[in-house]
Amino acid sequence: MKKLINRPEDVVKEELEGIALAYPDLVKVHFNPNFIYRADAPIKGKVAVISGGGSGHEPMHGGFVGMGMLDAACPGEVFTSPTPDQMLEAAKTVYGGAGVLFIVKNYTGDVMNFEMAADMARMEGLRVLNILIDDDVAVKDSLYTAGRRGVGTTVLAEKICGAAAERGYDLKRVADICRRVNLNGRSMGMALTPCTVPMAGKPTFELGEDEMEVGIGIHGEPGRERMKIKTADEITEMLALSIIEDPEYRRTVREFDEEKGEWVDVELVSEPFRPGDRVLAFVNSMGGTPDIELPIIYRKLHEICEKKGLKIVRRLIGRYITSLEMQGCSITLLRMDDELIDLWDAPVKTPGLRWGV
Amino acid sequence: MPATTQDLLTCLYRMAEVIEANREFLTQLDAAIGDADHGINMDRGFKAALKKLPPVEDKDAGTILKTVGVTLVSTVGGAGGPLYGTAFMQAGTVLGGKYELEPQDVLAALEAALQGVVMRGKANLGDKTMVDALTPAVNALREALRNGASLADALEQAAAAAEQGMKDTIPMLAKKGRASYLGERSIGHQDPGATSTYLLLRAIADVAREKQGRA
Repeated sequence: MKKLINRPEDVVKEELEGIALAYPDLVKVHFNPNFIYRADAPIKGKVAVISGGGSGHEPMHGGFVGMGMLDAACPGEVFTSPTPDQMLEAAKTVYGGAGVLFIVKNYTGDVMNFEMAADMARMEGLRVLNILIDDDVAVKDSLYTAGRRGVGTTVLAEKICGAAAERGYDLKRVADICRRVNLNGRSMGMALTPCTVPMAGKPTFELGEDEMEVGIGIHGEPGRERMKIKTADEITEMLALSIIEDPEYRRTVREFDEEKGEWVDVELVSEPFRPGDRVLAFVNSMGGTPDIELPIIYRKLHEICEKKGLKIVRRLIGRYITSLEMQGCSITLLRMDDELIDLWDAPVKTPGLRWGV
Repeated sequence: MPATTQDLLTCLYRMAEVIEANREFLTQLDAAIGDADHGINMDRGFKAALKKLPPVEDKDAGTILKTVGVTLVSTVGGAGGPLYGTAFMQAGTVLGGKYELEPQDVLAALEAALQGVVMRGKANLGDKTMVDALTPAVNALREALRNGASLADALEQAAAAAEQGMKDTIPMLAKKGRASYLGERSIGHQDPGATSTYLLLRAIADVAREKQGRA
């Protein structure tokens, strides 16, 4: 294992210490429990948007804390979900009196820890809603698995919900926007190389020199299929068509019903893409793929979308949701409407995403 | 002679020892079908829980178990934290105010732990999770006590049932947690969560047998 670290067990702590020193105008860092929060929090009367997850996906989530995006982010150990005490303390710290939205990626550990955190926060009198992101089309069914994983759409949801909260939307409306982004977003990723969790010291799986893994998540877990490596155009086509031709997706998720005061099962449906849809195209590096290769992916994606009648109205290209040093990429398409476009364009000022300011 | 809070503390210290001894084993099982951190996470959690015990050692069983549960929730992470944390907290709720535990109290605590795990994780029997070890253990304990077994003998039967349940996860197709994404590839591997559940129940049974041996 070759990494620019000191001791493996200090990686997350020292990363957070560095972030606090590097971006003092944007964020503050709280230790034990660990969370990153907006330097100007709490903002009175504004819904607080909080996310979190295992570390190793930087800049997500901590790099997205700031004006127009997240109020706080809770980092767990590398690829391990954060614990409820982190989310509870973060929620109390940034609470502006208008409620908290937890944006949660659909991983068993994340879901349970955020549900417990929400229950604990409500016991302390805070209003909290959880919305899941489950957009990974590499997972086919929801009946025999924990359901689709939360991947690329998470970044887009954090930006759009952050803008909605900044604009003064109330908690229910911000939650509705988040659910809408999730239902309209689909992603798929692939890896050319595995990655190495610092504490483990060796790669999470083995890949031959001429092999690639398609349908990976973001934790270095093996994917849907292992195959011989192909050209960028062929890989882009494989990912893009998996997304564009993905049929209707139904699943039952657990959301908190404020009127009933309990968790309820909600059936959600993602409609397939159709010709004429306006989309945001997001081409993401898994961490190790350099910027020179991403436009090559976008070039082909643009061509495929045109051929399929999808109109790309916004783009995001770069390294935003990663698996440590893994080489590979993911593609996300998000169906847009006027309101989502408007919220996407709104100013944002975070260490990892910044425009309009 | 009923069990005491001292016996409970002995169980908790033994659990931490067993988890530490099996840290690498649990992590290896998890590497095959999960994310290779179950042993590391559980060991971190139980070590943290032990540090929280001294101030509550003279308190009732409920307070002791809730202290362990809250600590596990905030230190284990992953899915194991909420699941084991909820199990200990639910067991603690049942044993609130108690300093002496009759066999029926132990059964009620383990039943509550199981209910907590099922509520939190929404897993069913056969999904290849800790439920597959805990459910047969609770059933065996209930059955043995109904048939008049001593607490130590009943816990021994519970541990044996958990061991069988753990082994039964090997041919199962995972339907919950990260292993579920592997589909058919999850078959042939023993579930790490069911394994840690067995190890914890084994620790309880061993402590009970040693106490009976001394009596």
